Amino acid sequence: MRVRVGYSNKVLPYILVAPQVIITLVFFIWPASQALYQSVQRQDPFGLRTRFVGLDNFAAILEDPGYLNSLYVTAIFSISVAALALGLALLLAVSADRVIRGATAYKTLLIWPYAVAPAVAGVLWMFLFNPTIGSVAFALKALGYDWNHLLDGNQAMLLVVLAATWKQISYNFIFFLAGLQAIPKSLIEAAAIDGAGRNRRFWTIILPLLSPTAFFLLVVNVVYAFFDTFGIIHSVTSGGPARATEILVYKVYYDAFEALDLGGSAAQSVILMAIVISLTVVQFRYVERRVHY
Amino acid sequence: MIEKKGMGTWLTHAVLILGVLTVAFPIYVTFVASSLTLREVLDAPMTLIPGSHLVENYRTALFSGTRMNATPVAGMLLNSLIMALVIASGKIVISLLSAFAVVYFRFPLRMVFFWMIFITLMLPVEVRILPTFKVVSDLEMLNSFPGLTIPLIASATATFLFRQFFMTIPDELVEASKIDGAGPMRFFRDVLLPLSRTNIAALFVILFIYGWNQYLWPLLITTDHRMDTIVIGIRRMLAAGDDQIEWPVVMATTMLAMIPPVLVVVVMQRWFVKGLVDSEK
Amino acid sequence: MLSRRNLLAATAAVALSASAATAQQPVEIQFWHAMGGALNEWVDELAKGYNDSQTKYKVVAVNKGNYTEVMTGAIAAYRANRAPHIIQVFEVGTATMMAAKGAVKPVYEVMEQAGIGWDPKVYLPAVAGYYTTTDGRMLSMPLNSSSPIFYYNKDAFKKAGLDPAVAPKTWVEVRDAAKKLQASGMPCGLSTAWPSWVLIENFGAMHNLPMGTLENGFGGLGTEFQFNSPAHVTHMERIAEMQKAKEFDYGGRRGDSQVKFTNAECGMYIQSSAGLSSILKTAKFDVGFGMMPYWPDLTKGPNGGPQNSILGGATLWVLGGKSADEYKGVAGFFAHISKPEVQAASHQRTGYLPITMAAYELTQKQGFYEKNPGFEIANKQMTLNPPTPNSKGIRFGNLVQIRDIIEEEMEAVFAGKKQAKAALDSAVQRGNALLRQFERDNK
Repeated sequence: MRVRVGYSNKVLPYILVAPQVIITLVFFIWPASQALYQSVQRQDPFGLRTRFVGLDNFAAILEDPGYLNSLYVTAIFSISVAALALGLALLLAVSADRVIRGATAYKTLLIWPYAVAPAVAGVLWMFLFNPTIGSVAFALKALGYDWNHLLDGNQAMLLVVLAATWKQISYNFIFFLAGLQAIPKSLIEAAAIDGAGRNRRFWTIILPLLSPTAFFLLVVNVVYAFFDTFGIIHSVTSGGPARATEILVYKVYYDAFEALDLGGSAAQSVILMAIVISLTVVQFRYVERRVHY
Repeated sequence: MIEKKGMGTWLTHAVLILGVLTVAFPIYVTFVASSLTLREVLDAPMTLIPGSHLVENYRTALFSGTRMNATPVAGMLLNSLIMALVIASGKIVISLLSAFAVVYFRFPLRMVFFWMIFITLMLPVEVRILPTFKVVSDLEMLNSFPGLTIPLIASATATFLFRQFFMTIPDELVEASKIDGAGPMRFFRDVLLPLSRTNIAALFVILFIYGWNQYLWPLLITTDHRMDTIVIGIRRMLAAGDDQIEWPVVMATTMLAMIPPVLVVVVMQRWFVKGLVDSEK
Repeated sequence: MLSRRNLLAATAAVALSASAATAQQPVEIQFWHAMGGALNEWVDELAKGYNDSQTKYKVVAVNKGNYTEVMTGAIAAYRANRAPHIIQVFEVGTATMMAAKGAVKPVYEVMEQAGIGWDPKVYLPAVAGYYTTTDGRMLSMPLNSSSPIFYYNKDAFKKAGLDPAVAPKTWVEVRDAAKKLQASGMPCGLSTAWPSWVLIENFGAMHNLPMGTLENGFGGLGTEFQFNSPAHVTHMERIAEMQKAKEFDYGGRRGDSQVKFTNAECGMYIQSSAGLSSILKTAKFDVGFGMMPYWPDLTKGPNGGPQNSILGGATLWVLGGKSADEYKGVAGFFAHISKPEVQAASHQRTGYLPITMAAYELTQKQGFYEKNPGFEIANKQMTLNPPTPNSKGIRFGNLVQIRDIIEEEMEAVFAGKKQAKAALDSAVQRGNALLRQFERDNK
């Protein structure tokens, strides 16, 4: 990190960082270390009896087909959400960048789902696809397609992917649009003069220039799909049917709060933390590089 | 632009319009459902033409509270607003201060603090909620706005953003301020704060939405209905148990829950986009 | 730890009595429950009725979300020394609460120590038995109990040429009716709410088949599941067959499927008796009632008929570590809600089972059942025959998860992904693993 011209004061910097550091210590670091401690114990829900079990909880998780299923489900879910949300957002951003008239209006109309709470987004989509009263489910049935995401795991997965994508498109759209607008128009004009058609210009000039944005968004979208979609899963499918939509973070919640298996849940938390830390490191390295650029 | 061929432009508009419609469709259906009676909603297929019970449903939701939930939504909206405002301003204040310290002071443990703050990014609430609950309870902060907000105020994102921004401020400004004989806090107040105005506005939008949309945390921290936020209120309305969910009122509440954050995003669009793009870069 | 908690409790008690002496403040009794909607109002009025009847105690009823959230919230609060006095726990949480000795104060103790002349014999054995130890001590106070009953659409029955006055009694008749309903244009014959509770737990009780060893777990933690017996498998195979033709149509867990019935998509429905009022409110047709169907060739009940059904719903548990005075307030509240007139009013209002004999008789005397025939079905069905070890209830640890596993496996069967036998075998095997874990954790 760059060290710059600054002040030297023995006390002031500590006072300045104190609020942030105290809150972090009390509400983040301490509870997280407790979770770590809990992951090597077995305890009844009320905390009346505690046994130290070493790595048993971890072993149990890794042998549990339910956990492996959850890993698989998380992978499918994250990849689908990221691919769909990135693809659609890019299409919309490229279109919005092209039009002259109404660009601002389109932008306004596309960015607001960002403001909707995941739990609320879940309610909207659950309502649309409710097998009995949902408008979309009804339309599908009228077309001869039997929609019942309460029984069909693939349909349930599709539904939560749609809901999660819906909420994420606006975010990706904003970044792609900013990225597109940062590309010097002269570059594109030069290519046009050389006779490159619209499609060719997109594939050979625009996309490569957008790739840093796209890579960054990929990481963000994966993190989003991993964690921020909890509210969606919780309100739409509760991980069902038959665990078809049980992503890792939902399983952590379920095992702790519904099943009251504190040790097992804490062990999963620790694994999750490891996953997030590696994702964050990837992101941070990338971020740092760009800052120095 | 370079070429303006009729077909291409039409196609572009068509893509955009289709996108806008798809994005808006769930909201439209919600809006329609909030204007019907329960029977009309349950009568599949639900009509897509708004009904005549709009005012009635919103009035029930806002003021009397439903049979579902004794708390009227008006009170919940206020709670959500307080929570979102406190979290947004709290995060901005403490992040400004700590970013200032990390960038402009050289002191032992500087990097330790920086990394400790950064690490909070890595710990989603779900992962450590039981121990955090215990901490809040030991501090006697259950059922209170401090309990709802303070634990969420630490922010790696905001600190990081301000740090990045401060690093782009030319050193000459510090030098000049020093020559004028101004101390660090004076520099902070007279130079850094005014320069950070746009960033603060931008961050405010994002953090406001973050605070407004909190879900699992308020669910556990509050036992008193007077403390319910609107997102929690919706959740409670859906947990009707053996009773039928009152969809029209739930949908009216859902609309009410979306309006404030959407307004903030749309009205402050310029800063919002800037804040989002900057904070993640 | 324990002594610190006692110290805290003692300090709190001193503080409370001090403030009571100065300001005549009533002692607050925190009561966390999961009753939403109209039922929330009902619970509030129960508390208000007690609060108005005396000035010393004040019961504060708080809705803490759904059943799981109430239980988790209470556990988290207990660990943080902020436990409420009373919590409402659903029947599947019974084993967990029983195992939490020290955290829980059994109801019989609360009532006896309060010295208010409590008689445990007034409670209906069919209800209280589920929450009583094998040596007859009542652990928790039933608040809302219900049993699944059979609902049918009389208008649709008429249209299909079926007799709307008579409910089908056996699954064979149900299947026939389903076919006729479909022939008359209905998309589906029958659906059910609470799939595991109805199709496994109550199926076992109605057919007098054990769900697990050791009297369905009443006899100890060493219990093992048996619901993959040939009879269970046959039952599941037949339902799966019906699912293929939509004679039966799965509509999700909990009460998610209720709209299928009230929207006249399915002509028959099995749902908790507690769903009665909301079904009557939303259905646009004449609703008929009956008992849950049984398979004549599978039942081990008396005379080749059904045995009796078991209940679901929730009871009130008292948490430990409070002062004697507070427990007196709790006991007073429990005595209040057990009064015949309060109980009868609750029963008639909510459709939950009456918990005392006197309330049942009072309701009969008032002629309520003649006007509201649906309300008596659950009672009749639960008391059809004296309960056997297979039909007095179930008591398994980790039942929340086990129920989810059973429903998961059933979903796989109905989706056509698994054979009935394979699914039930797998559910038993996974369930047993959880039973063993519970046994280990609670030794």
